[in-house]
Amino acid sequence: MNISLGITKTIHDWLFSVMPEGLASITEMVLIAAVYLGVFAVFGLYLVLLERKVAAWFQLRMGPNRVGFKGLLQTLADALKLVSKELTGTEKADKFLYNLAPYFVIISALMALAVFPFTQEFQAFDINIGIFFLIAISSIGVIGILLGGWSSNNKFALIGAMRSGVQTISYELSVGLSLLTMVLITGSLQLSEIVEVQKNGWLIVQGHIPAVIAFMIFMIAGTAETNRAPFDMVEAESELGAGFHTEYSGMKFAYFFLAEFINMFIISAIATTMFFGGWLSPFGITESLPWLGVFWFLGKTLVIVILMMWFRWTFPRLRIDQLLTLEWKYLLPINLVNIVVMAFIVWQNLIIQL
Amino acid sequence: MERYIFYIVAAIMIVFAIAAVNSRKMMRSVIYLLFVLMGVAGIFFLIDYNFLAAIQLTVYAGGIIVLMIFSVLLVHHIELEMEVAKTSKRILTAIASLIGIGIFLITIYSYNFNVIENSKTTTTAEIGEKLLNYGEGGFVLPFEVISVLLLAVMIGAIVIAKGKKLEEKKLEDGRQESEV
Repeated sequence: MNISLGITKTIHDWLFSVMPEGLASITEMVLIAAVYLGVFAVFGLYLVLLERKVAAWFQLRMGPNRVGFKGLLQTLADALKLVSKELTGTEKADKFLYNLAPYFVIISALMALAVFPFTQEFQAFDINIGIFFLIAISSIGVIGILLGGWSSNNKFALIGAMRSGVQTISYELSVGLSLLTMVLITGSLQLSEIVEVQKNGWLIVQGHIPAVIAFMIFMIAGTAETNRAPFDMVEAESELGAGFHTEYSGMKFAYFFLAEFINMFIISAIATTMFFGGWLSPFGITESLPWLGVFWFLGKTLVIVILMMWFRWTFPRLRIDQLLTLEWKYLLPINLVNIVVMAFIVWQNLIIQL
Repeated sequence: MERYIFYIVAAIMIVFAIAAVNSRKMMRSVIYLLFVLMGVAGIFFLIDYNFLAAIQLTVYAGGIIVLMIFSVLLVHHIELEMEVAKTSKRILTAIASLIGIGIFLITIYSYNFNVIENSKTTTTAEIGEKLLNYGEGGFVLPFEVISVLLLAVMIGAIVIAKGKKLEEKKLEDGRQESEV
């Protein structure tokens, strides 16, 4: 096993000085998992709050403003409420699969978080196939949605799950291909190396026109893959109730809900790492202070998160046939041509190096 | 530590493999199979073959299993249970499986597997170079053959999916020509 745990070297050294090697590495992994779990559970809740605030801003109302200062504790209180709720379910559901489904969704979302480099030192799992690992993991989450829809023994949930499956399988192609376009420049799948390449200019600058096209395709496909409006056919509330999670309540519903927001964060983080230089500061203005990388990474990611929220509250929902036409007749051919153009640009060395 | 992880993963795989063929609920069988395939991916991760592990996850867990779930969703109701096969069929299957296991074990035990001390991670660059290498030990021929095969499969799928429409169009064209 070749896990390079670069997070906070002091804790690493201290752990290995007090414990035997095997035990220390297990403790380290458990510690990192617990930290990630805690941080991103709270972070996900604040993304929910951000979404509600952005929605309120777009609709000229106040949004949550009662619990805590300006409503800052609203979603934490909601989470507490969800934890204390009764777990209900349909009588003839397949109980085993019904209970298993939320974990598929939340675990695949949390696994993907492990590979992101927050700064040069702060990366839990620097795997040499980084970006491909992300694509692989994201293809598993849909199984949880399909299972949840089928096993709740509810027709509307089943229809929602089927739509989700069709949508995710289609748009996965575009996500993968648009990222592949950028891999042509970097020549590596490892996320730390991808960031390293961008010290000569962010990839969206280096790759200019095809990179911008790839970014737009990635954002459209990414929004579709997270099942968010305008692609939220999965849980179109006017026709399907709540879609695949109609029958879920309490904590199990919270898992689906949290996973949706963590997935949105993941899509934005991938966009930040692949197009906007990850933790690098613009023009290297804070190069002497490497720990500021976290700030830059989260800042860029949040800007893209807000962009996705902007989509949600601006565009009307697509029909399912429009959704599939968009992917198979427009995005996919554009993407394939784009890859060839990018290959030509890299071959002729037409990339812009700052 | 790696040895214990291997035994744990192997045990999980065996348990779920047996559960997959024993369960009479079709959807549960598919999910048990999914766990077996994930276990295979886990073992690839364990021997540091990350690329193959990710391929295993995308192709089998993300692709094949989702297709299977789709077909189950279309044909199967939640309360249905699969029928138990006839005794004669069971015996036949058991014999076939035993023959399969026999051939498998004989093949494995007739080779001497060497333990490599310093294993190193295979990178995607190396795999790509090998695939397009036309010198000795290169795989360019099988690579091209598979590419042509996949292209043929894709065209075939389009023809089957569009078959009726294409024929109708031909008929219409024929009619128009005869009218002219």
